Amino acid sequence: MLNSIFIIFLFQLIGELTQKFLELNIPGPVIGLILLLTVLLLSKKYELKIIQNLKFNIIISAENFVKYIPLFFLPVGVGVVMHLSFLEDNLVKVLLIIVTGTLVTLALTALLMEKLLQKNIKND
Amino acid sequence: MIDQQKLYSIWVYLQAEPLFWLTLTIGSYLTADYIYKKSNLFPLLNPVAISIFIISMILLSFNIQYERYFEGAKFIHFLLGPATVALAIPIYKKWDLIILNSKAIFISLFIGSFLAISTTYGLSIYFELPKELILSLIPRSVTTPIAMGISELIGGIPSLTAIITLITGVIGASLGTFVFDFMKLKKMEARGFSMGLTSHGIGIARAMSKDKNAGVFAAVGMGLSGLITSIIVPLFIKFIF
Repeated sequence: MLNSIFIIFLFQLIGELTQKFLELNIPGPVIGLILLLTVLLLSKKYELKIIQNLKFNIIISAENFVKYIPLFFLPVGVGVVMHLSFLEDNLVKVLLIIVTGTLVTLALTALLMEKLLQKNIKND
Repeated sequence: MIDQQKLYSIWVYLQAEPLFWLTLTIGSYLTADYIYKKSNLFPLLNPVAISIFIISMILLSFNIQYERYFEGAKFIHFLLGPATVALAIPIYKKWDLIILNSKAIFISLFIGSFLAISTTYGLSIYFELPKELILSLIPRSVTTPIAMGISELIGGIPSLTAIITLITGVIGASLGTFVFDFMKLKKMEARGFSMGLTSHGIGIARAMSKDKNAGVFAAVGMGLSGLITSIIVPLFIKFIF
C-alpha cells in the first residue's frame, strides 16, 4: 500500500517538475499519468522484474483512488456555488451556452465514435 | 443547562480545524453516493452535484466563508492530483482495446474537441457576451487545471473558467445518459469517450460508475482532449480575434 502511494506521488512530483521546467500548458498530474503509463507499458514489453513485482500493488491502490475521484472534486465544487455571483447578469446566458454546447458535443461525438468503433468489443 | 459560552467556544474550535470540514465533506459525499446507488445510478442524482448542494447549503445557512471551509477541505482537494496520475492504471489494463480502436479515437477526438470549442464560441457571439467572458468560456470542456491554464494564456479569467468548467462537468455527467439513450447509442466505449471529452473528470466518474470500458475510454477522452484543446484553442483565438 505505502509502496504504491509513494509511486503515485512520485510520478505526480516528476510530472509537476517537468511542467515547471519545460513551462508546458499541460498540468503536472496529466504528465505524471502519461509517464506512469509509459513505464508500465515498457515494463510489460521488456519484462522488468522490479516493476512487475510492484505492479499488483499499484493496481489495487490505484483502482481505490480512482473510485473516489468525485469526492476529490467537492472542495472546488463548493467554491463554484459560493462564487456564482461572479457571472452576474450573464448567468442565464452562460448556463444556456454550457447546456446547449455540452449536449451537442456529447451527442455528436458519441454518435461518430459509435459508427467508427470496431464491431465486437468484449467487456469483462 | 447548556453553557452558551462553552458551546460557542467549541464551535470556534471546530471551524478552525480541518477535522470538522473533512468529516462534513466525506459525510456529504457518502450520503449523496448512497442516494445515487439507491436510485439505481439515476444520472440526475449525480453524487458530485448532490454533495456540493448539501455542503453549500450548510455553509450558507451558518454564514461560513468559503475560504474557511477550503482551508480544512484542501486535504481532500489535494488527492485530485494523485487520482489523476492513478488513471494510468485502468488505461494500462485496457491498452490493447485502445490501440485496436486508435483510428476511431483520433477522429472522434478532433471532431469532438472542435465541436466543443466552436459551439461555445458561436453561442457566445450570438448572445453578445463580453470578450473576456467568451475567452473564459472557450476551454470549458477540458479538465480544470488545463482549462484554467488555457484561459490565462488567451486572456480569460482563470477562476471564472474554473466555475464554468465545473458546471460543464456536472451538466454533462447528469444529462449525457439521457442523450445517449435517446439516440439509442449502445457502445459503452463511445458513450464513455464522449463523456470524458466533454465533461472531464466528473464525466469519467459517472462513466466509471456505469461500466469499466466506458470509464477507461472516458479517461482517454479527457486526457487527449486536454492535450489537443491546449494546442487548438490558442490557434483558434489568433484566427478569430
